[in-house]
Amino acid sequence: MQIARETLLRSYRAMRTIRDFEERLHVEFATGEIPGFVHLYCGEEASGVGVCANLTDSDTISSTHRGHGHCIAKGVEVSGMMAEIYGKSTGVCRGKGGSMHIADLSRGMLGANGIVGGGPPLMCGAALSHKVLKDGGVAVAFYGDGASNEGSTLESLNLATVWKLPVVFVVEDNGYGEATGSSFAVAGTQKARAEGFGMPYMECDGSDFFAVHQTAGEAIAHARAGNGPVMLHVHLARWYGHFEGDAMSYRAAGEVAEARRDHDCLVLFRRKVTEAGLLDDAELDAIDESVRDEIESSVVAAKAAPLPEAADLLADVYVRY
Amino acid sequence: MSKKSFRQAINEALRLEMRRDPRVILMGEDVAGGQGGSAGTVDAWGGVLGVTKGLYTEFGPERVFDTPITEASYIGAAAGAAATGLRPVAELMFVDFVGCCLDQIMNQAAKFRYMFGGKARTPLVIRAMFGAGFNAAAQHSQALYPLFTHIPGLKVVIPSSPYEAKGLLIEAIRDDDPVIFLEHKVMYDDEEEVPDEAYTIPFGEANLTREGDDVTIVAFGRMVKLANEAADRLERQGIGCTVIDPRTTSPLDRDTILDCVADTGRLVIVDESSPRCNMAADISALVAEEAFDALKAPIRRVIPPHTPVPFASVLEALYLPDAAKIEAAVKAVMNHNVTEAA
Ligand SMILES: Cc1ncc(C[n+]2csc(CCOP(=O)(O)OP(=O)(O)O)c2C)c(N)n1
Ligand SMILES: [Mg+2]
Repeated sequence: MQIARETLLRSYRAMRTIRDFEERLHVEFATGEIPGFVHLYCGEEASGVGVCANLTDSDTISSTHRGHGHCIAKGVEVSGMMAEIYGKSTGVCRGKGGSMHIADLSRGMLGANGIVGGGPPLMCGAALSHKVLKDGGVAVAFYGDGASNEGSTLESLNLATVWKLPVVFVVEDNGYGEATGSSFAVAGTQKARAEGFGMPYMECDGSDFFAVHQTAGEAIAHARAGNGPVMLHVHLARWYGHFEGDAMSYRAAGEVAEARRDHDCLVLFRRKVTEAGLLDDAELDAIDESVRDEIESSVVAAKAAPLPEAADLLADVYVRY
Repeated sequence: MSKKSFRQAINEALRLEMRRDPRVILMGEDVAGGQGGSAGTVDAWGGVLGVTKGLYTEFGPERVFDTPITEASYIGAAAGAAATGLRPVAELMFVDFVGCCLDQIMNQAAKFRYMFGGKARTPLVIRAMFGAGFNAAAQHSQALYPLFTHIPGLKVVIPSSPYEAKGLLIEAIRDDDPVIFLEHKVMYDDEEEVPDEAYTIPFGEANLTREGDDVTIVAFGRMVKLANEAADRLERQGIGCTVIDPRTTSPLDRDTILDCVADTGRLVIVDESSPRCNMAADISALVAEEAFDALKAPIRRVIPPHTPVPFASVLEALYLPDAAKIEAAVKAVMNHNVTEAA
């Protein structure tokens, strides 16, 4: 499949933005200035970006506790995200949600989620809206290998099939749920699960943007055409601890280093597009530089931004009360 | 006797009871940790906050079970195992995750004994951490003890210090009913002298952490410490407070609360949970009904607003009760008659 130049540039920028955003948070978190829990998406960028490159603002996604990448991939504004993580009034959720609850419904982003398995049922509902309202939209539930075991997830696979909903279930399989390996925690296979519910199963290498983009494109087209749900199983590696502060004593010494060396989606992307003559190094370097500036200014702005005000505490519990 | 943290006290209670009774087993997400990991280490975490560290190493895979992230199935399995001969201690990690398994607690474990005409015993302990103060935001900060207290058949324990945690957890494990044991997440590094041996603290017997003539303060969990801080300051201003730590919300030591209110005539209740139908409301009703004539001033509640827990530090601090708010409430009940006369 031919990918438009625009899409390539936009996707590279999104992946670079996620990488720099997360690497910067890793550094800033260590200073103690960032409150709460932070889970980094580094190493998994091509998954969120490859999938979301097939979506528009009128499609809906749900994310997880590891949500920054999905937000950026779906077009949520970076400075608003950074300010949110710092708990500032200029944050996308006005400082009331933090890292685990970044959401922007105007972008079709129904939230990161603090509850493992929280997203898949919600995406059945979003898909139902798309279907009943006939707006042509699809819903994509991103969730981890750990979340794939939750009852809410398995029930959603069934419901989406029974109701023939336009949902794509994207299992981002990084091999771990917290400190427990999926070889211990996941019985059977994702493939057999999808087949057991009667839905098509697809899989791809999550460090290869082109593979994700292509496979997700097929899955999304299938759902969009009214053929019911699809499961897309994306194989990935997580480059940092489960959360910032996790020493990862449960992972073999070379595991992350190897992933960084051989499966860096940014390196692989650059190699492919330059060898194929689709983009050149100078263009990509220019994106790198511009992203560096954007992240820097988002951090500076977040640190300087005003705190929420007392009245914010009571605001927005209800629409009307 | 030696200084132990809240975390160590809980670990020690689990360890001692597992040594004492082979039917006591442990389960939860990453209670050992590292299984299936590429390093081949087990006991890598001992729970997300290290509370169960070392128990897998001592008791092994026959007694300590890491679970998939499937709260409904493993909490339910713990209930089923409890009804059939084991004495499981299941860790739910954050109490907020009860949303994923409430049926197994509320409709199953809690009701077996009554529904089955007194024929079942369900010696189940569910441990979970609760509370705000860590910027963990709306889905990881709730203080859901009123939810459990509301359900007949459950016992609900909220330890307020390391000493309390050890004695109450051992009691919980030896108890034959389902017990919800709630640990405030901000307290794990709190330290105090804790005996090395096993001891129990009975349920339904409140602890008076101090006694004074003017105002009774009832507080739960971490709020007990804040109430005592406030009481210290008030004492220097000539106001004497009795601070009651009920220890368990179910059963609730009604007598101690009523006796103290009879003595002081004034009541302040400090409750970190959402204010509607919480413990402060429950105890207010009790006192209004049973000790109306003893009251010299309206009851005051130091409670959060009816909102989810906000993320930003400034908002979270506004949300939570603190020593200054408790002090102000005590002064308000002390000044009640003065204001009225003026
Ligand atoms: C219902 C629920 N149970 C447990 C947790 C604690 N928790 C947060 S993330 C996580 C691991 C999730 O693993 P996975 O789905 O594979 O996602 P990953 O972290 O690998 O991206 C766990 C157990 C939670 N947040 N919600
Ligand atoms: Mg995972």
